[in-house]
Amino acid sequence: MANVFSRIGDWVNERAPNLAPTYRKHMTEYYAPKNFNLWYYFGSLALLVLVNQIVTGIFLTMNYKTSAAEAFNSVEYIMRDVEWGWLIRYMHSTGASLFFVVVFLHMFRGIMYGSFKKPRELVWILGMLIFLVLMAEAFMGYVLPWGNMSFWGAKVIISLFGTIPFIGDSLVQWIMGDFLPADATLNRFFALHVIALPLVLLLLVVLHLAALHEVGSNNPDGVDVKHGPKGNRWDANKPKDAIPFHPYYTVKNLFGTGFFITVAAFIIFFAPTFGGWFLEHDNFTPANNLVTPSHIKPSWYFTPFYAILRMIPSYFGTAIWGVLGMFGAILLLALLPWIDKGEVRSVRFRGLGFRIALGVLVVSFLALGLVGAGVTAEVIPAWFPGVDVTTWENAFGRLMVLGYFGFFVFVWIYTRFGFEKTKPVPERVTMHD
Amino acid sequence: MIKRYLSSLALALGLAAATVPAFAAEGGEDLPSAGANVADKASLQRGAKLFFNYCVGCHSLKYVRYSRLATDLDLSEDEVMNNLNFTGAKFGEPVISHMPADSAKAWFGKDPPDLSLEARAKGTDFIYNYLLSFYLDPSRPVGWNNTVFPNASMPNPLWELQGLQVAVHGAAKPGEEAAVEKLEIAQPGRMSPEEFKGAARDLATFLEYTAEPAALQRQSIGVWVILFLVALTFLLYLLKHEYWKDVHESH
Repeated sequence: MANVFSRIGDWVNERAPNLAPTYRKHMTEYYAPKNFNLWYYFGSLALLVLVNQIVTGIFLTMNYKTSAAEAFNSVEYIMRDVEWGWLIRYMHSTGASLFFVVVFLHMFRGIMYGSFKKPRELVWILGMLIFLVLMAEAFMGYVLPWGNMSFWGAKVIISLFGTIPFIGDSLVQWIMGDFLPADATLNRFFALHVIALPLVLLLLVVLHLAALHEVGSNNPDGVDVKHGPKGNRWDANKPKDAIPFHPYYTVKNLFGTGFFITVAAFIIFFAPTFGGWFLEHDNFTPANNLVTPSHIKPSWYFTPFYAILRMIPSYFGTAIWGVLGMFGAILLLALLPWIDKGEVRSVRFRGLGFRIALGVLVVSFLALGLVGAGVTAEVIPAWFPGVDVTTWENAFGRLMVLGYFGFFVFVWIYTRFGFEKTKPVPERVTMHD
Repeated sequence: MIKRYLSSLALALGLAAATVPAFAAEGGEDLPSAGANVADKASLQRGAKLFFNYCVGCHSLKYVRYSRLATDLDLSEDEVMNNLNFTGAKFGEPVISHMPADSAKAWFGKDPPDLSLEARAKGTDFIYNYLLSFYLDPSRPVGWNNTVFPNASMPNPLWELQGLQVAVHGAAKPGEEAAVEKLEIAQPGRMSPEEFKGAARDLATFLEYTAEPAALQRQSIGVWVILFLVALTFLLYLLKHEYWKDVHESH
């Protein structure tokens, strides 16, 4: 039997001599620092969720009907009459939310340990492109069930393009293919959601990993293992403080995967709507252009950006500043390698100012999420009866907008003009867990 | 190392926990809980009986098939067809009310909505409290009003059971209508207030079931899935531990 396998292996090798070296380059001979901690699970988990979305998505398309008249009914058909349809749909809807949980934590890891810094700028830029495409993908997927929040969410988000001077209104009609989100909109969003954007996403993920494997992984100490001592148990020329990705990190990530799937299963089987956050109450009512939901708000993962949009007021008779602010919030993240000029990568050895700024960024981002989701609008009157809710919410929200953008301004000044007092960075990685 | 690992873990969990109050804050008005338990088959059966006696005259359940009701509520085909199906539909067909849409609009001002997904759109607690909160109001077209859903077009379908409820108004502020302070039973119905709460709970439970029949399956399967995954994760941990022994030894 072993003989048969080795003969098949030889047969393939003769015809594709680069296959085995490629595998070795990216798996058994990809040397990763051995001190990865908890934060380094999220990259592999993002890949796992991507595969989950594609596989469950394929099965959903087998029963989903792409038409404004039938979409809502077909989703309920999947939930009730398709064998295991409810499980497939919950895996897809929960997966969408967990995708953002994982990606947000993955991005935070990158900021915290300076993974975006030279020589990994390209990895970071490709990652930011993945994030942008992921947001477009999630938005269009949210429209497909054609519930009332799908309809109104689509209307509000597409209307953002209407703030662009001169061409705005025509652009909105061009995107929707109608004067309101309608059958034409649903059909084109379906096409983009199930084929166009997933293809782009897959390509970007391949490039993201390829770019990473060119320069090698960063680690919690931000120390370049390539510049440290050479020679490990597997290779005399490879970094001493690195280990082969396979099998060490594959088995470690398998454990992480097991833990993550357990949490995901708990949501899927016991709280699939997650209290109205993963699947919203108003989306269990069919789309109706005559009935506006009491609170139109996007899915939770868009709420921080949506809050920035809402908190920035109109000037000179146009609301485009909020739109610019919202997209600017994402653009600034992408430009981080050139904003943060600090030489030291990891937060472990960076100045106090950076640590505080990072804390402010996290708090502002989470607080903006609460503002965007309408939580502050409920909490303020409950905690402070009698106050003017709009004034208070705007004051709080704008403070948090200031905190978010302030992070970038502060970090640039802090690192550009040499205010940062860093701690000495060790020669080699401090040992792993 | 341990300290650093723990602080890292604490930060990750802290970030995750920070989002929890946000999730918990969702859920709308603070209505008293219905105390519905969708796994309670007897409650579901009583709720179904109430629905088909008092609701199906106006409201459909277009996503619910009679045959599925039989399976999920532990009823035989004969029991469903003789006791619940008053519309003459076939066993495999969905529950469609016979009320003509045109007349409904003339009678109530709007079509009675399909109730299949009502519990997911509005909440089980909403349905329960709504059913308890009808009161006589001669100023309304059909003579009924509701404190949970003011100016609803719907008359109280369960008045025979609950009795006739009237509103006790507080003192009116100048220029405003007096707010309803509480509701009182003016003329008792066939049920005591406690019995009627039970009936409203059964109906709300039944509608929670129709909104998501899969809930029965997912909760019973879920326990085994989680147990399996916990065991699997433990094995994967042992596997990781085994492989990483030589990494830990090498320094």
